[in-house]
Amino acid sequence: MTFAGVFSYLVFFLIFVGIYAIMTLGLNIQRGFAGLFNIGIAGFWAVGAYTSAIMTKGPSPDHLGGFGMPFIVGLLVAGLISALVAFLVGIPTIRLREDYLGIATIGIAEIIRLVIKNEAWLTNGVRGISAIPKPLAGSFGSNYNLFFLMLVVLTIAFFYYLSEKGINSPWGRVLRAIREDEEVVKAVGKNVVRYRLEAFVLGAFIMGVGGALYAHFTSFISPAAFRPMQATFLVWIMLIIGGSANNFGSIVGAFLTWGIWTGTEFLTGMLPAAYTTQAAAVRVILIGVFLEIILLNRPEGLFSEKKYSSASTADN
Amino acid sequence: MVLQLFLNGVILGSIIALGAIGLSLIYGILKFGHFAHGDLMTLGAYFAFLFKVQLGLPFWLAFVLAAALTAGTAILLNLILYRHLKKRDSVIVMISSVGAALIIRNLVLLFWGPQNQFYVKAIQMPLVLGDGLLRIKENQIIILVLALALVIAVHLFLSKTKMGKAMRAMSDNIDLAQITGINTERVIIWTWAMSGVLTAAAGILLAFDTHLTPVMGWNLLLPLFAAAILGGIGSPYGAMFGGLVIGISQEMSTLIISAAYKPAVAFTIMILMLIIRPSGLMGKKV
Repeated sequence: MTFAGVFSYLVFFLIFVGIYAIMTLGLNIQRGFAGLFNIGIAGFWAVGAYTSAIMTKGPSPDHLGGFGMPFIVGLLVAGLISALVAFLVGIPTIRLREDYLGIATIGIAEIIRLVIKNEAWLTNGVRGISAIPKPLAGSFGSNYNLFFLMLVVLTIAFFYYLSEKGINSPWGRVLRAIREDEEVVKAVGKNVVRYRLEAFVLGAFIMGVGGALYAHFTSFISPAAFRPMQATFLVWIMLIIGGSANNFGSIVGAFLTWGIWTGTEFLTGMLPAAYTTQAAAVRVILIGVFLEIILLNRPEGLFSEKKYSSASTADN
Repeated sequence: MVLQLFLNGVILGSIIALGAIGLSLIYGILKFGHFAHGDLMTLGAYFAFLFKVQLGLPFWLAFVLAAALTAGTAILLNLILYRHLKKRDSVIVMISSVGAALIIRNLVLLFWGPQNQFYVKAIQMPLVLGDGLLRIKENQIIILVLALALVIAVHLFLSKTKMGKAMRAMSDNIDLAQITGINTERVIIWTWAMSGVLTAAAGILLAFDTHLTPVMGWNLLLPLFAAAILGGIGSPYGAMFGGLVIGISQEMSTLIISAAYKPAVAFTIMILMLIIRPSGLMGKKV
């Protein structure tokens, strides 16, 4: 492989790392800071991807569209619709035990998948949506992916800043206090359910934006593109490896996990073509075993939660 | 038509019920949602495929061996994973069970491939009852009889044996159960064993009704949870009832909505239940 080949692969690789890092930052707000159990990440991802695709494309006979909105509006609406879905799921379930939210998120992810598959007027069904516009396409020639990487990095920086700010604010302190001991927070008169719901909705917004970036980068999405459990599971592994409640760890976790995941692809790629199904299965088994080993042996991940002392918050 | 859908619903419902009993008891006793339950079902069905089709054993023997192996797998999962993780917060145990689910499903995929498999390849002529009003296959009659027999066996086990009573006691109030000197570790192992057997049975009966695929159990996970929540977490009888309600509603729903959205029915019922009465029909307060 030439140097240029390696470089362009690296850029491609980093874009995916970046999109997953955005997902992980979103999950970190939900799980890391608020202790919420979301295993329907793929659902929010898909909602974001489809929303932005539909918003930004020109008229198409195959599916709803023709809005022709700019890229940035697509991202924003993707985040908002994803947040709306989270709000609707959260209202009945977030006040209950944390596992009910988990079950509900699996359910909503499944329903989203069914809608995408069956409502062809909206999403073109199993055939998917193609030719999703890329922002400023054609302006950067062969360096386009590098430009897209910059977009992804900017998005990460924005959410990272937002998340750090939020968690150091009084809002974030209440959130972490709820995670540690709900009863105490209730006793001082805070509306626990509202804080939780806000964290859940904010996390889903971030996931929606991440999904939109994915759609614009690949420029083709279909129900088959979302292996629901695989995507959800990878994001969870990223969060756990990085260390829950640590934004920096989330990004490192995304990098490492995606690296390992891609590495297993190289490994199984050496098998004869006849074994592709088996190879895919082996990859998931490997990453699954990897997660279990981490959970058993290093539950706090690589980075543990930062100490947010009152002194450090006073400085801000 | 309505009657036929109702019958189909009862068949599906009894399969869901079998799976949901174990899920509900594990939930009640160990306090976490076991997300690998659907895939254990799949595993049980494929174990039976191994013995019945690949090794040519009689069906009843394949059934017993598959149930035993699945129970063993469930105990093993508890031994290597859940037992060590349960001291930490329940999200960690649950995500570990999600991992276990993916591992099991992909092992099935690895060993048996993605294509549909059948216990028996022959086409069955359904029995037609009441001037074509109702059609039922011989397989489905066997399913109903076996499911009923298993439910009765579970009832006898839970109400007559010491272990069964201990299980219900632990599910009801774990502290109280410990004070009365119940050996909780043993009860937990028995709970996994029983869940494994019932889950395998559910998987085998489902495959017997239709066919085997690596995602068959995963697709039923939501109905299983919905049944357990509807009946009330920790209540085995609630789970049986919940299973029937979910199965019948899923089938009957095709009268009103597109069959493609059948899986959404379980979800909707579950959410409604969580809004109206989160403790379930027969459960205690959450």
